Amino acid sequence: MSTLDLSRWQFGITTVYHFIFVPLTIGLSLLVACLQTAWLLRKDPAYLRLTKFFGKLFLINFAVGVVTGIVQEFQFGMNWSAYSRFVGDVFGAPLAMEALLAFFMESTFLGLWIFGWDKLSPKLHLATIWLAAIGTSLSAYFILAANAWMQHPVGYEVSPVTHRAQLTSIVALLTNSTALAAWPHVFFASCLITGGVVIAVAAWHLAHGSDLGLFRRVLRLGLSVTLAAAVATAVTGDIQARLMDSQQPMKMAAAEALYNTESPASFSLFTIGSLNGSKELWSVRVPYLLSLIATLDPHGTVQGINNVEQAYVKKYGPGDYKPIIPVTYWSFRLMIGFGLLAGLLALIGLWLTRRRRDLPRSSWFYRAAVWAVVLPYLGTTSGWIFTEMGRQPWTVFGVLKTQQSVSPGVTPSSVIISMTVFTLLYAALAAIAGKLAITHVKAGVPEEPDSGAAPGGSGRPLPVFTY
Amino acid sequence: MSLATFWFAIIAILWTGYFILEGFDFGVGILLPVLGRDNTDRRLMINAIGPVWDGNEVWLLTAGGATFAAFPLWYASLFSGFYLALLIILVALIIRGVCFEFRGKVDNPRWRARWDAAIFAGSALPALLWGVAFANIVRGVPLDSAHVYTGNLLTLLNWYGLLGGLTTLSLFAMHGAMFLALKTDGEMRQRARQLAIRIAAAAVPLAAAFLAASQVGHGKPWTDVTAALGALALLGGLAAAYRGREGWAFLGTAITLALAVTTLFGDLYPRVLPSTTSAAYSLTVANASSSHYTLTVMTWVALIFTPVVLVYQGWTYWVFSKRLTRADFAESGPVTGAAPAGEDGAPTARISGRP
Repeated sequence: MSTLDLSRWQFGITTVYHFIFVPLTIGLSLLVACLQTAWLLRKDPAYLRLTKFFGKLFLINFAVGVVTGIVQEFQFGMNWSAYSRFVGDVFGAPLAMEALLAFFMESTFLGLWIFGWDKLSPKLHLATIWLAAIGTSLSAYFILAANAWMQHPVGYEVSPVTHRAQLTSIVALLTNSTALAAWPHVFFASCLITGGVVIAVAAWHLAHGSDLGLFRRVLRLGLSVTLAAAVATAVTGDIQARLMDSQQPMKMAAAEALYNTESPASFSLFTIGSLNGSKELWSVRVPYLLSLIATLDPHGTVQGINNVEQAYVKKYGPGDYKPIIPVTYWSFRLMIGFGLLAGLLALIGLWLTRRRRDLPRSSWFYRAAVWAVVLPYLGTTSGWIFTEMGRQPWTVFGVLKTQQSVSPGVTPSSVIISMTVFTLLYAALAAIAGKLAITHVKAGVPEEPDSGAAPGGSGRPLPVFTY
Repeated sequence: MSLATFWFAIIAILWTGYFILEGFDFGVGILLPVLGRDNTDRRLMINAIGPVWDGNEVWLLTAGGATFAAFPLWYASLFSGFYLALLIILVALIIRGVCFEFRGKVDNPRWRARWDAAIFAGSALPALLWGVAFANIVRGVPLDSAHVYTGNLLTLLNWYGLLGGLTTLSLFAMHGAMFLALKTDGEMRQRARQLAIRIAAAAVPLAAAFLAASQVGHGKPWTDVTAALGALALLGGLAAAYRGREGWAFLGTAITLALAVTTLFGDLYPRVLPSTTSAAYSLTVANASSSHYTLTVMTWVALIFTPVVLVYQGWTYWVFSKRLTRADFAESGPVTGAAPAGEDGAPTARISGRP
């Protein structure tokens, strides 16, 4: 394989892996902040127990998210130096802002939160977890603004002197419609994952008969978060679809494997056959749906791959401007399918656990609730694969192609070494972090020895939180 | 001063902050097998840097981000050129980062021993390699006309690069020992201070040789002054350590690191990555920088937000300024509900702290 192919695989592997941990960091930091707030407001020791329980789970997850994030910042320069040269003037700004405005806030205040239980007043200590959580979500905004610029470049020009992209408006970059639409989508998808994790944790304990009263509340919380997040993720994704249709029509067409322009266009739930447009053996179709998604009008026109390709050849010169259609077609369906399935299961779960009703007895209910945690993870993974693969052959849409972005001086053997090292290291980390998280979850929520006492009144850093 | 020069200075400041801050937490990791005689010692050491190491590491991410934004060509040539060296640093930082969090999660001596070994390796390797990298940046590397690195990993392992690596390794170890002497109390405080003095036997000659070599090969008059002052600060720190003035001793190694970075960046200026192939292929402050608009935007962002960061990060150090002792990490685990030994009147680490 060439340096280009290897670098693409490495970026895909490291990014998908990084984003396993990021959404839970975003969601759990907020959940822990909310739980700690509830404890301070209501003085119910159950909230303190849950704050510490989910706090520890958050820290296990956060550690891996942070260290894999360093790789993300470095590999633009390592594997994609031609890209970095070309876009650094524009793309570097949000990255530097992310470090200065968000990373410092996130890591400094998290350190204060972990070690500050007995050193800060309860309100100040609560403020530290909120600031860490805000830093986490803020960092997501900056990196999504950087990514949005690759999907829909704005606020720049290509300098006739240096032949590199130059920033002309930081406001345009940070208020890119693509970024404004992507952040809520990613944020709610993060809540969806967090809801899934909370459900799984509660269901495991309910199935094993431990702490029934507490975990019934936790289960209901997880189910409500999941349902609300699934709806919000779908709504924000729908908004993104129309932006995509106008900004990246090829990606929209590739999402449906729609080869020729149609109005109205139907949406296929499932297709058997070849996706290169030559033959379709069997498919389940919903009429008007693609038109509705792409244009909000059931009779709206959706451009086909072949038509967009002709337009691109005219605009950008001869070449192949199609992404890999089976990848975009299936990842688009899987993203939506997994997300909706998670929301549907949460709705069923809420019905089965409704008030004044005994908890379900069937072990199937709990088994399903535990295993359903994989659904939102598969959904977000499919979503990133869709949006990044759907942009191909471009790294910066309409401006720079992926094949022009790779490092010219890096040999395939170097990339093979780094890809192998990262893959093995990440696999080991996943195994260790996963085992630690499961052990922690199974150990349950310990009672607070001094649960009635005022927070911070008596003491030493809790063993849970020091190293 | 042009904006590009201003950003060159900002990046030097970010690396200074990184070397001073992560320098001591690297040092603590390097000294873990030496000073950490039992698990209580090791927990004491790790918790001494616990609240701050992650924030310290963000200085690196900010330096990286600032280089990307202000000097994209520097970032691109440097990161792709130093590929395998950076890979080793990344792997070390990844393992080290999870160590702190994972080490205490399983109550098993073998589990902890493995993570302790990883903390040592994860701290020592970057401490060595950052020195190798910076020495090579000052020395220059083979770059072609498109500023693409044409060497390999072995190109970086020349004597000057290795001397730079040993210098940062020994300086960070000494700096870490000074930090522990300042941040702990009791037996650890004494042993750390004595070890800092012993490490100086290696760190002082290495730093002197490295700074001298830098000045002979690449120096200019004003950096001769900063190099000399850096060496003096190191001796001053050593003298303060002898006299048991831990605050001044730590300040001494911190100033040495700051002046060493200043000297190296001063020697480099106005180049950012010299080419040994041909001087014409060198990357400079002028030909590697971003547009005026980007630099202006980034300047405003830096001027507004850097003070805020400094205030809250400084506040963190103040919150955790109390010296830690072995009693805080008794093997039986902290006794919740009981006041820790020495809570009242416990000495606070201050710049003028006496033994």
